[in-house]
Amino acid sequence: MAQRIDVKDLNIYYGDFLAVQDVSMTIDPKSVTAFIGPSGCGKSTFLRTLNRMHEVIPGARVEGTVEMEGVDLYGDDIDPVAVRRNVGMVFQRPNPFPTMSIRDNVLAGVKLNNHRISRSDADELVESSLRGANLWNEVKDRLERPGSSLSGGQQQRLCIARAIAVRPQVLLMDEPCSALDPISTLAIEDLIGELKQDYTIVIVTHNMQQAARVSDRTAFFNIAGTGKPGRLIEMNETSTIFSTPAEQATEDYVSGRFG
Amino acid sequence: MTTTVSPPPERAPGRPRRRRRTTDRGLNRAFRWVAVGAGVLILAVLAAVAVFLLQQAWPALTAGSDELAASVPRYPDDTSLLEYVGPLVFGTLLAAALALALATPVAMGIALFISHYAPRRLAQVLGYLVDLLAAVPSVIYGLWGIFVLGPAALPVWEWLGSWLGWFPLFAGPVSPTSRVLATVAVVLAVMILPIITAVAREVFLQTPKLHEEAALALGATRWEMVRTAVLPFGRSGVISAAMLGLGRALGETMAVLMILSPGFLYSFKILDSAQQQTIAAYIALDFPEASGLAVNTLIATGLVLFVITLAVNMGARAIVARRKEFSGAN
Repeated sequence: MAQRIDVKDLNIYYGDFLAVQDVSMTIDPKSVTAFIGPSGCGKSTFLRTLNRMHEVIPGARVEGTVEMEGVDLYGDDIDPVAVRRNVGMVFQRPNPFPTMSIRDNVLAGVKLNNHRISRSDADELVESSLRGANLWNEVKDRLERPGSSLSGGQQQRLCIARAIAVRPQVLLMDEPCSALDPISTLAIEDLIGELKQDYTIVIVTHNMQQAARVSDRTAFFNIAGTGKPGRLIEMNETSTIFSTPAEQATEDYVSGRFG
Repeated sequence: MTTTVSPPPERAPGRPRRRRRTTDRGLNRAFRWVAVGAGVLILAVLAAVAVFLLQQAWPALTAGSDELAASVPRYPDDTSLLEYVGPLVFGTLLAAALALALATPVAMGIALFISHYAPRRLAQVLGYLVDLLAAVPSVIYGLWGIFVLGPAALPVWEWLGSWLGWFPLFAGPVSPTSRVLATVAVVLAVMILPIITAVAREVFLQTPKLHEEAALALGATRWEMVRTAVLPFGRSGVISAAMLGLGRALGETMAVLMILSPGFLYSFKILDSAQQQTIAAYIALDFPEASGLAVNTLIATGLVLFVITLAVNMGARAIVARRKEFSGAN
């Protein structure tokens, strides 16, 4: 299921503006990789290039390659829609479709992919996805209620269930807990630990303790100043980044001296 | 077409009025009176129209059918006022419903194109052009309907009549003049297109980015994103937009008057002449030569139109209000 991602010499532009410069990294399959760094350093932008979601913004483009198991996501014959079906995403704020029931939210992606799905298969998929997102026991009696009737943390887990229902290879999470309370955050973090058995997970977080708790490897991004491009400063085992980083900037950041 | 009536602000109870010296207070009070005055004025105008209609229609409402038949031209014997107005109501509703059925899908298409498909600059130009359609006077639409659309549509009407004649709406014979309800419906559709498009466009543009991105991140194509995120979000907005358009189609006078060859039947034949008539066009047509009880009868039909339009607008309001629950603010 999970796949390895190789990024080489990636530059990300918005129009003429170079937002992120020269990123190369390898993301291991079935692991959790965390991106940390100050606001505006391009970590979310970079995350969104991994499923071509940044193309939603007009004028956005990249140079360099992002390869998934050797296939360049930016190849001429690659459809961004196909990429996004393989690389799921969870956003900063929970965003279940407000007009759909909990059940329909989970099935939204599957129905998009034009699968005619039988009622029993759908029931099974809803249950397995919601169990996968640790939400089944809380919502099994009210699957027909609107998704927006849930609490924030439950909504975020619903979004995770929706993302994993399409069986992606990779799951991207863009600050998934920043709008949640500590209890809900804990639930999501536990879930991330379980999901990495099956998926390659990349998570952007502002919370360094969270990065330290959930991730196997951590990448630190930084920006030299306003208007300058963001860069990958260093990437290593999470324990190394938080104890003996190679770069002074990383140490300053993780020790709370700035950012 | 809609009127918003807000309740006048309550005055703080039992508090003696103090003289306020600063101009700021004075301006505040002046603004309050202007606002309350405007609100009351709307109510007063609406009430005045209703009173006028009721008062003037009263003689016709209370007159017997013999009396009406004697003084109103073309009034059939032994017919109550209700039976007399019935075909007009039918014609009005049929014309408006057809126009709505034609205009709504097109308007939604244009609105979606402007909000989600067109490049920004083209979208702006297109938006202006659609708004310009609303600025064309209805007399011009009437002339256009007679001289351009009518002849151009005639082959289409003939085709519909000969191939789909089994369908009640297209039952023959097809009038060679093209001055039929089908032509009227197309003209009305063009006339209500701008308002439906404008409202639908605004609603579609308000779709939260979050929901659009949620759909895209699941691997939705542009159309699938529209279907999963934009349309469900905008559904009730589009309904209320259509209701606004319906309100306008119901009351449209000039274009119908100029194009339609009128009749007083409960007839679904929209390709034949002398079948239907709408209330507004009927009043405009007969008013110049009416006197006495005939005027009261015309005003009574006007009262019916007033009630229908009011009901449509209140329906639209109710739907807009219901929309709040589905707004997706979570």
